[in-house]
Amino acid sequence: MELSSFLTLDSFITDPLTHEFMRKALLMSSLVAAVCGFLSSYLTLKGWALMGDAVSHSVMPGVVVAYALGLPFSLGAFIFGVGSVALIGFIKQKSRVKEDTVIGLVFTGFFALGIVLVTKIKSNIDLHSILFGSPLGISLSDVKQTIFISLLVVILLSIFRKDLMLYCFDPRHAKTVGINIFFLHYLLLTCLSLAAVVGLQSVGIILVVAMLITPGATAYLLTDKFDNMTIISVISAIISSVIGIYISFWFDLETGGSIVLAQTFIFLFAFLFAPRYGIFKLKKFFAGYK
Amino acid sequence: METINYQNFRIEAENICVDYNGKVALYDANLRLKPGQICGLVGMNGAGKTTFFNALTGFVNISKGKIRINGESVRSAQKDQTIAYVPQNEGIDSQFPISVWDVVMMGRYGSMNIFRCPRESDVQAVKDAIERVDLIDHLSTPIGNLSGGQRKRTFLARAIAQRASILLLDEPFSGVDIRTEKLISELFIQFKNEGKTILLSTHDMIHVREFCDLVLLINKTVVAYGETSEVFTPENITTTFGGISPDFLFGPES
Repeated sequence: MELSSFLTLDSFITDPLTHEFMRKALLMSSLVAAVCGFLSSYLTLKGWALMGDAVSHSVMPGVVVAYALGLPFSLGAFIFGVGSVALIGFIKQKSRVKEDTVIGLVFTGFFALGIVLVTKIKSNIDLHSILFGSPLGISLSDVKQTIFISLLVVILLSIFRKDLMLYCFDPRHAKTVGINIFFLHYLLLTCLSLAAVVGLQSVGIILVVAMLITPGATAYLLTDKFDNMTIISVISAIISSVIGIYISFWFDLETGGSIVLAQTFIFLFAFLFAPRYGIFKLKKFFAGYK
Repeated sequence: METINYQNFRIEAENICVDYNGKVALYDANLRLKPGQICGLVGMNGAGKTTFFNALTGFVNISKGKIRINGESVRSAQKDQTIAYVPQNEGIDSQFPISVWDVVMMGRYGSMNIFRCPRESDVQAVKDAIERVDLIDHLSTPIGNLSGGQRKRTFLARAIAQRASILLLDEPFSGVDIRTEKLISELFIQFKNEGKTILLSTHDMIHVREFCDLVLLINKTVVAYGETSEVFTPENITTTFGGISPDFLFGPES
């Protein structure tokens, strides 16, 4: 990279756009970020961060098996994602082991199975790109699949967004007025598995949980309205993706890691400077000067 | 408007049992309540009060027995919005980013279309309910910024907006201010006159004497049930609380 290209902000932004793979990466990652950001409002409020981690790791063997069988990898991921949660529920119910322990042992088991399968099944799966994501190398079929899944999740969440909010807030009331909370529970799980699948292309399996919780946590510090929380979450996720990809382009850094680091920095910023809930409580600070 | 037949039962629970993975939480419990009756549900922690509520709302399935709500199944009671549940303050995430208006509107969800778009009538019902609990100045206040009493009133408003004929209240008087307590007791009288049936759990024996026509003492099963004046005796209370004398519960002067 020539030094001069750093000197103007204009070329900092436009130069990467001259590459087709960069345009594609920016669009796809923004889409994925938006989907995960949308979902993350629900996950953070429901307290499903650990569940998100579990599901996103558990999809690994599904992806490998699906590739080996020539099926769409989202299908395999979906089956293993939902299957892991069912297994967690089953073991928790039938044994005296505590829930967080069960979650931890089930998802690491699945994840390990995935890693073993990858090395055994000699295919064209690139372990590195599954673990760490490869937004710069997304194939055309992956693009189609990502767009399809993303739209599906966004449509489902949009239709049921109020019911899901009620389910997260007060499931007992939901049940009392005849709303099917069993359905909502599995709807949220389904969306989580699907979002994990699209998210792993951007940042990889290990970091995809960040896409599913960090934007929601950031937004939670910034607002007291649910709708605003969703909007802020989506916007901060998209901004992080764009910043992460640019930084990884200019400084030759791992893309997935850069995106997640950008999210973490935005969270830290909110943590310190959020008007009401930040460490410095800026709202009170400024109110004191009126 | 429904016509109220004061002879029919609002709640009929016959020999109900609930167990969680083989652990019995409630067995052989019976309860019959008519319109306009207020019944206190009294028992220790873990005696099955919440389980009883959960069985009536259908939040848990009963393993034995029968429940009729206004003569129908629990399932159709859910569809008809017959029962409203007012949770304990501790049972709610008070940091959830949601306003008073939004919480009360949730009382209307069951009767809305799938997108939960409020109609003119829903907006009116929510407004009226919020006025009745005296929170009209706090419409858009996040519930995290309310006092304990105001939050309690918010959930009461949700039950009012739902237009339920049966109200289940979990510890309605715990952690509320005098003003809220007065408002709740006024509302109880109005509910009674409207023919609503109220089942409330409480730790406070004074409230039982003050508000409840009937009392249901439970300890995994029904210890005693009947008119408060007859059933709410020191002996029964001692049995309910596993041998602890009522002096400890009431204070020495009662």
